[in-house]
Amino acid sequence: MAKFEYAPAPESRAVVTIRPSYGLFIGGEFVESVDGSMFKTISPSSEEVLAEVTEAGEADVEAAVRAARTAFDGSWGRLPGAERGKYLFRIARILQERAREFAVLESLDNGKPIRESRDVDIPLAAAHFFYHAGWADKLEHAGLSGGSGRPPKPLGVVGQVIPWNFPLLMLSWKIAPALAAGNTVVLKPAETTPLTALLFAEVCQQADLPGGVVNILTGAGQTGRHLVEHPGVDKIAFTGSTLVGKAIAGSIAGTRKRATLELGGKAANIVFDDAAIDEAVEGIVNGIFFNQGHVCCAGSRLLVQENVADDVIMRLKRRLQTLRVGDPLDKNTDVGAINSAAQLARIRDLAQIGEAEGATRWSAPCVLPERGFWFAPTVFTDVSQSHRIAQDEIFGPVLSVLTFRTPQEAVAKANNTPYGLSAGIWTEKGSRILWMADQLRAGVVWANTFNRFDPTSPFGGYKESGYGREGGRHGLEAYVTTEATR
Amino acid sequence: MSPTAARHGATENSAVKDQRIKVRKTYKLYIGGTFPRSESGRTYEISDSRGTFLANAAMGSRKDARDAVVAARGAFEKWSATTAYNRGQVLYRVAELMEGRRAQFATEVVAAEGLTPARADNVVSQAIDRWVWYAGWSDKIAQVLGGVNPVAGPYFNISVPEPTGVVAVLAPQRSSLLGLVSVLAPIVVSGNTAVALTSEQRPLPAVTLSEVLANSDVPAGVINVITGRTAEVAPWLAAHQDVNAIDLAGAAGADDLVWAELERASAENLKRVLRPDVDGADAVEPDWSRTPDLTRIKAYLETKTVWHPKSR
Amino acid sequence: MGALTNASLTRWLHGLPGVDRVGADARAAGLGTRSIKTTAKAWAIDTAISMIDLTTLEGADTERKVHSLCAKAKAPDPGDPTTPQVAAVCIYADMVPAAVDALKGSNIHVAAVTSAFPSGRATMAVKLTDTRDALRAGAHEIDMVIDRGAFLSGRYLQVFDEIAAIKEVCAKEATRGDPAHLKVIFETGELVTYDNVRRASWLAMLAGANFIKTSTGKVSPAATLPVTLIMLEAVRDWRVLTGTQIGVKPAGGIRTTKDAMKYLVMVNEVAGEDWIDPAWFRFGASSLLNDLLLQRQKLATGHYSGADYVTID
Repeated sequence: MAKFEYAPAPESRAVVTIRPSYGLFIGGEFVESVDGSMFKTISPSSEEVLAEVTEAGEADVEAAVRAARTAFDGSWGRLPGAERGKYLFRIARILQERAREFAVLESLDNGKPIRESRDVDIPLAAAHFFYHAGWADKLEHAGLSGGSGRPPKPLGVVGQVIPWNFPLLMLSWKIAPALAAGNTVVLKPAETTPLTALLFAEVCQQADLPGGVVNILTGAGQTGRHLVEHPGVDKIAFTGSTLVGKAIAGSIAGTRKRATLELGGKAANIVFDDAAIDEAVEGIVNGIFFNQGHVCCAGSRLLVQENVADDVIMRLKRRLQTLRVGDPLDKNTDVGAINSAAQLARIRDLAQIGEAEGATRWSAPCVLPERGFWFAPTVFTDVSQSHRIAQDEIFGPVLSVLTFRTPQEAVAKANNTPYGLSAGIWTEKGSRILWMADQLRAGVVWANTFNRFDPTSPFGGYKESGYGREGGRHGLEAYVTTEATR
Repeated sequence: MSPTAARHGATENSAVKDQRIKVRKTYKLYIGGTFPRSESGRTYEISDSRGTFLANAAMGSRKDARDAVVAARGAFEKWSATTAYNRGQVLYRVAELMEGRRAQFATEVVAAEGLTPARADNVVSQAIDRWVWYAGWSDKIAQVLGGVNPVAGPYFNISVPEPTGVVAVLAPQRSSLLGLVSVLAPIVVSGNTAVALTSEQRPLPAVTLSEVLANSDVPAGVINVITGRTAEVAPWLAAHQDVNAIDLAGAAGADDLVWAELERASAENLKRVLRPDVDGADAVEPDWSRTPDLTRIKAYLETKTVWHPKSR
Repeated sequence: MGALTNASLTRWLHGLPGVDRVGADARAAGLGTRSIKTTAKAWAIDTAISMIDLTTLEGADTERKVHSLCAKAKAPDPGDPTTPQVAAVCIYADMVPAAVDALKGSNIHVAAVTSAFPSGRATMAVKLTDTRDALRAGAHEIDMVIDRGAFLSGRYLQVFDEIAAIKEVCAKEATRGDPAHLKVIFETGELVTYDNVRRASWLAMLAGANFIKTSTGKVSPAATLPVTLIMLEAVRDWRVLTGTQIGVKPAGGIRTTKDAMKYLVMVNEVAGEDWIDPAWFRFGASSLLNDLLLQRQKLATGHYSGADYVTID
């Protein structure tokens, strides 16, 4: 028993009320499905059933798209940008007011630690709405007008499909810019994490958002496919796996539909011998164990300069001993549950493959709860570039460690992947940071930090990590057009 | 309820109500987050558009102006270091509080400018929306006005806009709320701090705005408001060596004031000067209801360009 | 130590890994989100009390004031005899006789600040005499200050030599067997950068410090979580390198139980539980004790306490 045991510090669940079942949010109201069915959403840390939600069928998708179209052609489309902005300010404010409720719900439904949902997910989601609220009446200044000086126009109805790793945050990344630009949306949250999106629907009602501007359709792959393929949708925004992203790109081929895709990654976190070593270790830990490694831009490959590799790995393993794995609602938990049984199986499979390939496996000693889906933070050393665990996205708390000798070699190894979402650079030398940043084929480069997000900072990938950017001035581009008629 | 309606529903109580003596507001300066009277002890009468007495406003002196500049300078370091996001949040909250006080503002605009209640209400809405418009700029200015420069060499080169420092502003003489907000918000949104000399004859909405600021999260000293005679105080602000920029909007239509003189005084420390849009004592002010462009934001920004080599 | 030159010391100290300030601040802040409740809190409060160097360092100090402080040190809460005693009393060197007298029969140490505390601006002869007098009067511990002027102007060897000389006095004047343990105060508020704090830490450890200490409490900022983080990393790494364990004492500006909890968490997760012991970690504080007592009372009774229920010292 440790000398200093932190007693349980549970966040109370009482702040949030979960209904036994939820319909679909269409046209500003919760409605029953026409041709769908019900399914359960569980808490991955305990396998407790949280609620029943609706799997939207094709007719439901039709109804939602129609509601969005009506709103676009009607009240929303005619609204001046300044008024649209004020709706978004309201939403941002309500998210701040109900922050604790959302944080608890997110941790329950997703499995992530309450500290992360409270300190990262929810504040960033509110910030996204604040930032974009301010753009709604300033679009002519965003450099997107093609030289006309007039504000660019919205596209129309946007279909948005988001993943389970940052449910409310991904929702805000999608809805805020879409609405700021004057579009209306139909959004499908991931099947394992529908609850904060459904609570967000209540926020829309509290903000008096006109019906049909935001529509929430819960469901799984089928629902997503119906939405993406619906002819009444002008643009798709998708965040998820590269596999599905490619399918979407294929399905819109030959149409006028536009798409932005934010897909997978296998980012290199590169540590040089002159790095600020203690902060670099924190950056490695944050890079792959934040959010249980369920992060598209996770630093899942550590590229450490060979002359300091042993020391860095020793420090890393020592640091991992203080990571606390357990109940997501405990305020001292650092690593929560894996989101689903399916994802846990995938992680286990790839970890097994890593061992079979000849890499050396090490896991942080921790006691895992009996119920729920859990995986101990794991580090593979002696990994080679050609190992599958150096190429395939694991999407879990598993780090693959490789070495390099020179900056050029680091660049070559970092870029040697079909992915290109993010990268990390750890060195105290400014000139090297800037040179490396130039060389790395990644949409987001973090130097002496990692996994930092901001509504003003554009996010998105190169190559098979997708295309298009979210956030910042650049992120508005996907939601507007300069065409005179549509 | 209008006085007429109140009399229509007359009962014994309402007869007593008509006789109720109001608790009148004292209008003071707003400097460093507090409400002092003028150090000179002077006041001057403010009347409404029909000549009826409204209040005694503090007659600000050069020493009040001096104190305000000290307060603004003291607040600058922290305000300019506040994240753009936080500044936006603070300014948005000011708009929230203005919205809560809209009836009070409307009454004061009616009194100051002689507008109908309906028009005054519209002016208040515009003033609030104007404030919201500027609040939403704080975390976008750098993206629109800054950028990376592709120099011909192995260097990273970036230009960033930074706030210039303490900005003095002569608020418009006629548009006592909308005009005031339109010149004040663009100063502070980017991190500058402000010393505002209000409209000489129509200062009361500005004092009510100070009350909103004092109740909001705007830190003490970020905005300072001085009422008084424009021709008396303006030259001291224009000549003040610790003021970095000055907006001469309120010189248009001010008695005994030649704005060219103020610009000349400003040249002593090369203040950035925003000239009034119009000339002459009888000039009409610009149409404050039109959505602004970036001129007023840009006027108080310095551009800093940084180089750094890139090499392995 | 004949081979040691200022040039070689400089190269060594300037070659230590840098500290990224934003990252270090973030790590400290992250550790500060730990929630210590119920049984853990009760244990941590008692532990923190037992780690306090109860301090009075005022020009106006008198023997009676010091006696009063020592009485409090021995029985911090007269209404609750289960309250632990503090680790030490920290006073000016000329007050040592009064403290020794007042603490007779207890295990509480007397720590004296010397070497021209707090400024460190005096000749070496004065600093040595200062220290010697304190030891002869019975001090168990010496809290010395480094010469910040020398440090900031790069005269690292001078700083080294001063620490070594005072350490030698501690050894020479050892009247009870073990030499007095030496704490070296950096005055981190004047060193300003985290890189300087790291360099000062390694310099002091090399020179023989038993404890490294953040501040005199006379300059703001005094102790902060990030600065203490850097120092905990230093003692951790020093032990890995040399096998020697060195203690850490943040001093000044630690006023609340909440603060103390954050420091203990940091010690626990950065240096490790071997340092959770008054032999290896101290709080230099005065008002902290009463806040710990108020929290202790709340845990015992279930309701919030007030200033009337803790004594002034």
